[in-house]
Amino acid sequence: MTGDEILKVRSLCKSFGGLAAVDDVSLQVRTGELHAVIGPNGAGKTTLINLLAGDLPTSSGSILFREKDITKFPTARRSRLGIGRSYQKTNIFLGFTVLENCRLAAQSRAPRPLNWWRDASSYGDEMKQARRALAAVELADRTDDIALALSHGEQRQLELAMCLATAPQLLLLDEPLAGMGTEESQKMVDLIGRLADSHAILLVEHDMDAVFQLAGVLTVMVNGKVLATGAPAEIRANREVQNAYLGSSDEIL
Amino acid sequence: MIPITLPRTVLIAVGLAAALFPLIGATFYIQLGAKIMIMAIFALSLDLLVGHTGLVSLGHAAYFGVAAYALALISPKYEAANLWLTLPAAMVVAALTALIIGFFVVRTAGVYFIMVTLAFAQMLYSVFHDTKLGGGSDGIYIYVRPELIIAGFKPLDLENPVQFYYFTLILLVFVYAFLHRVLHAPFGRALAGIRLNEQRMRSIGFSVFAYKLGAFVLAGVLAGLAGYLAACQFGFVNPDILAWQQSGLVLMMVILGGMGRLHGAVLGAFSYVLLQEIFSAPALLGAYAKHWQLGMGGLIVMIVLVFPHGIGGFLDIALRRISYRRPSGARTDGT
Repeated sequence: MTGDEILKVRSLCKSFGGLAAVDDVSLQVRTGELHAVIGPNGAGKTTLINLLAGDLPTSSGSILFREKDITKFPTARRSRLGIGRSYQKTNIFLGFTVLENCRLAAQSRAPRPLNWWRDASSYGDEMKQARRALAAVELADRTDDIALALSHGEQRQLELAMCLATAPQLLLLDEPLAGMGTEESQKMVDLIGRLADSHAILLVEHDMDAVFQLAGVLTVMVNGKVLATGAPAEIRANREVQNAYLGSSDEIL
Repeated sequence: MIPITLPRTVLIAVGLAAALFPLIGATFYIQLGAKIMIMAIFALSLDLLVGHTGLVSLGHAAYFGVAAYALALISPKYEAANLWLTLPAAMVVAALTALIIGFFVVRTAGVYFIMVTLAFAQMLYSVFHDTKLGGGSDGIYIYVRPELIIAGFKPLDLENPVQFYYFTLILLVFVYAFLHRVLHAPFGRALAGIRLNEQRMRSIGFSVFAYKLGAFVLAGVLAGLAGYLAACQFGFVNPDILAWQQSGLVLMMVILGGMGRLHGAVLGAFSYVLLQEIFSAPALLGAYAKHWQLGMGGLIVMIVLVFPHGIGGFLDIALRRISYRRPSGARTDGT
């Protein structure tokens, strides 16, 4: 079931010098809905995620999260409000154990910066939250390994687990399947499918099988602009999209 | 992962050795011991930034220096100052200085951070060097050391070299244990996260600026403690104690001992002061003692080349070898 619009993006623009990387993009994401953004390389999908997460400042336009204008909020504050993001290029604490990666993420919800008398690992709630996140991505048996020792696919799973450990309401997933094998990919698709029941998700992904399997709504971006938004079936039937991005041949869909 | 301290047995043994050291009786060596421990507190405070947060400061002498000047300026001229008043006051001065400078510098990173910390420290150096505030380039003498009095009773007489030695030893143990605690607490784990991946810390919801500023102020306060003790021990302050050479010296100690390890900072201070004594002793090196910096510099370059993780890093590997040998020995017995 889809609920309220948790994220509303209005006429968002980002230009680097003369180049409009994101140009007048508007979209909505609802709770319980997986909204996928697709488009060829250079369409501005990752820039869009960076703008929504606060890793890049916007040039103009506005971002509303739970009816609150967060356009000017710094990254950390957006995270604390309930926006979790994963990175296209794995971005974890390579020198920490798998558990510590997630525990630190959970710590951000109860930071206790001035309580110096107890070990960080002695707080049961955060440890539980970290273990729950690791169980969700099926890394529960790797908790004590150093993150550096994980395979690429496992590091992608950890990336997502860290995001989950912060208990977000909205997930911004930037190509979670990048560089994964077929079997790993399918596991990740199943996981994202389960997460979509209880989270609002904005997914950027190149794997079209995964996108059409998961998405309730699709937005197609080309050259920083939104070309079309709609249900997967509508997008599939859209001539413009087929010409611009999906290729003229119908059989790939 | 880097072990941030040594095994407890080793620490207790070192602590005992330090506690028994004054029994040798020679005042010169007892004072040298106190000097090493003061520099160890200074190096520990800098390593909180360099080794544990990833902020390489080249202006750390500023906080050491302002606390030393604070003691000199608030001490009455011919009688003892009250330690319970002057020590907290000196640390507050160091904290405020670090808070103001930190507010500007922790926004920068990498080589810019190195340059602005250096620039701020040199500004303070100029203030003390070129104005009459702290006696100009001549500095100020502290004729009488502060008094430690608890309810009319004087447990330690700081004028006595042996008792001053124990006073610094107690404070070094306290600072070491305190930092050990802080680094294991949520605050310290957040600093470790910032050192490894600042961007990721932001995206999981940490205000990186606030944590860095907190670390900067805490490091400044502890440097202030070291500066206060140094002013007590040497009986005078002059602008050199907050010059860039002093900042470079303590950074060298941290690197020599091995960054990111509490014992590294202590080892670095110990080795540096000791090497300096050896290389500058005319009794050992005759006329070459005048050029001690040449030999000392060469040796430090060698040590850093041979032990890329400092003396502390070498020690960690050596201790790990020893503790591994036992189980592998048991295995050969079994076969």
